[in-house]
Amino acid sequence: MITAPKLRAGIAAAVALGVAAALSGCASSSPLDSGASSSSDSKTIVIGSQAYYSNEIIAELYAQVLEKDGFTVKRNYQIGQREVYLPQLQKGAIDVMPEYSGNLLQYYDKNATAKSESDIASALEKALPKGLRALDAAEATDQDSYTVTKEFSEQNDVTSLSDLSKVKETLTVGANSENQTRPYGPKGLKSVYGVTVQSKAIEDSGGALTVKALKDGTVQLADIYTADPSIKANDFVTLKDPKNLIVAQNVTPVVSDKVDDKAAADIDKVSKVLTTDALIELNTKSTVDKEKSSEIAKAFLQEEGLL
Amino acid sequence: MIIGQAFAWVVDPTNYGGPDGVQARLWEHVWISLLAVLIASVIAVPIGYLIGHTGRARGLAIALSGGIRALPTLGVLTLFGLLLGVNLQAPLLALVILAVPSVLAGAYAGIESVEPVTVDAARAQGMTGWQILTRVEIPLGLPLLIGGIRAAVLQVVATATLAAYVGAGGLGGYVFLGLKTQDYAMMLGASILVIALAIAFEIVFSVLQRAVVPAGVAERSTRRHPGSRERTRTPLPEGTPS
Repeated sequence: MITAPKLRAGIAAAVALGVAAALSGCASSSPLDSGASSSSDSKTIVIGSQAYYSNEIIAELYAQVLEKDGFTVKRNYQIGQREVYLPQLQKGAIDVMPEYSGNLLQYYDKNATAKSESDIASALEKALPKGLRALDAAEATDQDSYTVTKEFSEQNDVTSLSDLSKVKETLTVGANSENQTRPYGPKGLKSVYGVTVQSKAIEDSGGALTVKALKDGTVQLADIYTADPSIKANDFVTLKDPKNLIVAQNVTPVVSDKVDDKAAADIDKVSKVLTTDALIELNTKSTVDKEKSSEIAKAFLQEEGLL
Repeated sequence: MIIGQAFAWVVDPTNYGGPDGVQARLWEHVWISLLAVLIASVIAVPIGYLIGHTGRARGLAIALSGGIRALPTLGVLTLFGLLLGVNLQAPLLALVILAVPSVLAGAYAGIESVEPVTVDAARAQGMTGWQILTRVEIPLGLPLLIGGIRAAVLQVVATATLAAYVGAGGLGGYVFLGLKTQDYAMMLGASILVIALAIAFEIVFSVLQRAVVPAGVAERSTRRHPGSRERTRTPLPEGTPS
């Protein structure tokens, strides 16, 4: 039997643990508090990233080439949602963000119709507010996709969304619930490709649970980001989208006025070598090999001769 | 105001029909919550009674259930989801694990709350251990057990929003959808429904908890004998569950 003092000590230890966990949570939860003030220093370039490991790696690529060129860089990573960081970018608290072209365009222009890579790039120029500009997009895309298993692809002879309409069995899509409301969701599949699908909401954004559901056959199609290492690791087949149902999401640096031509040229160097395959490789090092973003970025840049 | 929009969402009849309507989701939510607590009770009540009656392994049970309480349900859910696939089983298991400690604590605390003199009196009447358990300890401990189940239900109803994370439906679907599509009125509206559901269960269980207090106990607790506490502190050598 546990005596009262022992129990009390145990409780105290548990509480201490909880407090420690809460404190460490706080430390990383509001990165803007610290970043906003110090960015007034005109020589420092503040680089932000989304709360998405792959985005942080790209941000780190920018950071390291800028540092190599003599810029002082302040890193302000893992900032969460577009609704939070884009206003900070407009305010000048952040100077560089790795973005995804299609989503960036739709944030500033809700009625944007551009779907292809080039249309989006030209629409972005007009849509971005004063003080912000998008640098050249990388070839790498990290966008929603409809992905199937290799067996499904071979058995039904399906490699493109246009092939899906001839599949007889009931098709279920595993994706975040928002997929059901997006233009490229079930309604878009119906109207553009004539495919009827059902939805199963799995809220891990194409992560391990979605992959599991696809492998189990609980779903036949899964929305997995094109730069996700799990596609290659599991031999999945990402269905082609000849009619541009899914908006292109090329990795695009969006920068403030503080990024001069010299700095922009440095960032361009990164965008030029960033292909989807390269991005998948970078992501694999993070998710599979558990390397830190700074190490991953450094190795890649050295390989490309940029460091 | 967002709160006003949220309430407008809650009462909007167009949200109620269909397979993704509030009615269907609400039912899924209630169903998975109650099923989880039921399974947890089937597991935890016998164990709790055994611990309470014999007084053995109590320390172990406290430590274990305390540890289980600290498990983050989202992590447990993801783990089971990866093992069992995205279906009802994973969230159900995660919620059962969430509910077990509260029910277990209610069960053994209920038995332990029975005054030793009462147990001794029962034994002096010639009752067997089984009779003491079923006729004395369980009825007298019922209010605390129901209290434990009530706490479990509250936690489970709130946490069952996570069921939607692995495609098992429930009101959580609206929370996730609202978050991702910046439809905060929907998100808050769904939260209001979860809160309302939790309050409804609280009311039912608080009534139930009062209803199961045996008549004799209810009477005595209203007019306590001044000397009763004194007597419990001097238990007879045998029959003191420790």
